[in-house]
Amino acid sequence: MADTKQKEALLNPLFNNNPIALQVLGICSALAVTTKLETSIIMAISVTVVLGFSNAAVSAIRQYIPSSIRIIVQMTIISSLVIVVDQFLQAFAPAASKTMSVFVGLIITNCIVMGRAEAFAMKNPPLISAIDGVGTALGYSLILIIVGFFRELLGSGRLFGYSVLPLTSEGGWYVPNGLMLLPPSAFFLIGLIIWALRTWKPEQVEAKG
Amino acid sequence: MNPNSIKGTLLVSVVLCVACSLLVSSAAVLLRPMQEANKKLDQQRNVLLAAGVDVDSMSSDEIVAMFNDETKVERVLIDLSTGEAVDVEAAGIDLATYDPKKAAKNPELSERVHAGGGPTHGISRREKYAFVYQIKNENGEIDKYVLPIYGKGLWSTLYGFIALQGDVRSVGGVTFYEHKETPGLGGEVDNPAWKAKWSNKQAFDEQGNVDFHVIKGTVDLNSAQAAHQVDGLSGATITSRGVSNMVQYWVGPDGFGKFLEKQRAQ
Repeated sequence: MADTKQKEALLNPLFNNNPIALQVLGICSALAVTTKLETSIIMAISVTVVLGFSNAAVSAIRQYIPSSIRIIVQMTIISSLVIVVDQFLQAFAPAASKTMSVFVGLIITNCIVMGRAEAFAMKNPPLISAIDGVGTALGYSLILIIVGFFRELLGSGRLFGYSVLPLTSEGGWYVPNGLMLLPPSAFFLIGLIIWALRTWKPEQVEAKG
Repeated sequence: MNPNSIKGTLLVSVVLCVACSLLVSSAAVLLRPMQEANKKLDQQRNVLLAAGVDVDSMSSDEIVAMFNDETKVERVLIDLSTGEAVDVEAAGIDLATYDPKKAAKNPELSERVHAGGGPTHGISRREKYAFVYQIKNENGEIDKYVLPIYGKGLWSTLYGFIALQGDVRSVGGVTFYEHKETPGLGGEVDNPAWKAKWSNKQAFDEQGNVDFHVIKGTVDLNSAQAAHQVDGLSGATITSRGVSNMVQYWVGPDGFGKFLEKQRAQ
């Protein structure tokens, strides 16, 4: 019984209740860091770490959090974790941390993190909350990585910085689509992903008002 | 105790703040040595980048090894007021810990800028002693001089390096490793296509006076001045002007000018 609940908390956000595709949260960072696959993956890992730990921490102390300052308490925990992640990135992945600059810090304002702390961790025990956090972050990561894959491939003909489609400017045949490097392309790609997902799972389509 | 009482609320917030600040500060303290090492490596990478070395194909160990080998890269501390190498012992400086960035803020190790009304780097003081990196070729001759430069742009101080060719007149390359200019506008100082325009430009006129400008708009290639000019960054007039001024200042007489003159005379 408990196992199925944990499995659901982990896997449901991937397709059935995806934070980006269904809840449409966390869009801002999905636009900003997905020009390259590498930064998308690092962002995905960072958010997974932050979300897993923040959910566990908020849930562990949920009975002691005064309801009048609960949002501030959640923010304090989340922002401390984000600073720690940022410090780790600066120490172990300096180049990536330089290209991502402010967007690591902006995980603090990622609505997914706060959303899960408030909606799930405040009401559930630590273990299942941590699993829910990781699951939600995986759903976010999935979209980020798909978007990052297509933007880097079509925008600069590369994956992880290695040339896949040889560019005309370097003697190849592929003319890069510059639009893919600009933020709007992430909107198009996310829109296409939502379309595909809802064709596959029609129950996600909102009832017509 | 009821966490919703005033006492409980205060207690929870104090405990939480202490716990979180302990977490954050211990992470910062424990990871600082690695971050410092990364910063140093990043600067060394940028020295080579300015000199036109293909750093992307080099591992970090290779870069460090190159800086440890005096026959490849020689770092000299220069007294900017005389252009001579600093007598380290007499000046009481420890080369391993000397940081020009900190020295610029230390009254004993810095002095006022005397540009005589000419362009400055936008800051009223600068350090007395600065490092010059001499990149050598296989025969041990100096191939390029890499000079640290910094100065005000629009929002921030830009830190970077400019390389001069062995003739001490033409530019070998430029790079900025730290700035907070607007991404897409002033931040385009990092654009490789723009930086590529710097190589083989002339920084000095026939008499050895500084003659180098980042101009507004594109350079007219037919003009006599074309060799002394680089295209400005569109939408970033103030950043471009800042870069222009800092280059003029640092290769000029109040910057590395005296040192460069001596090298040219040799």
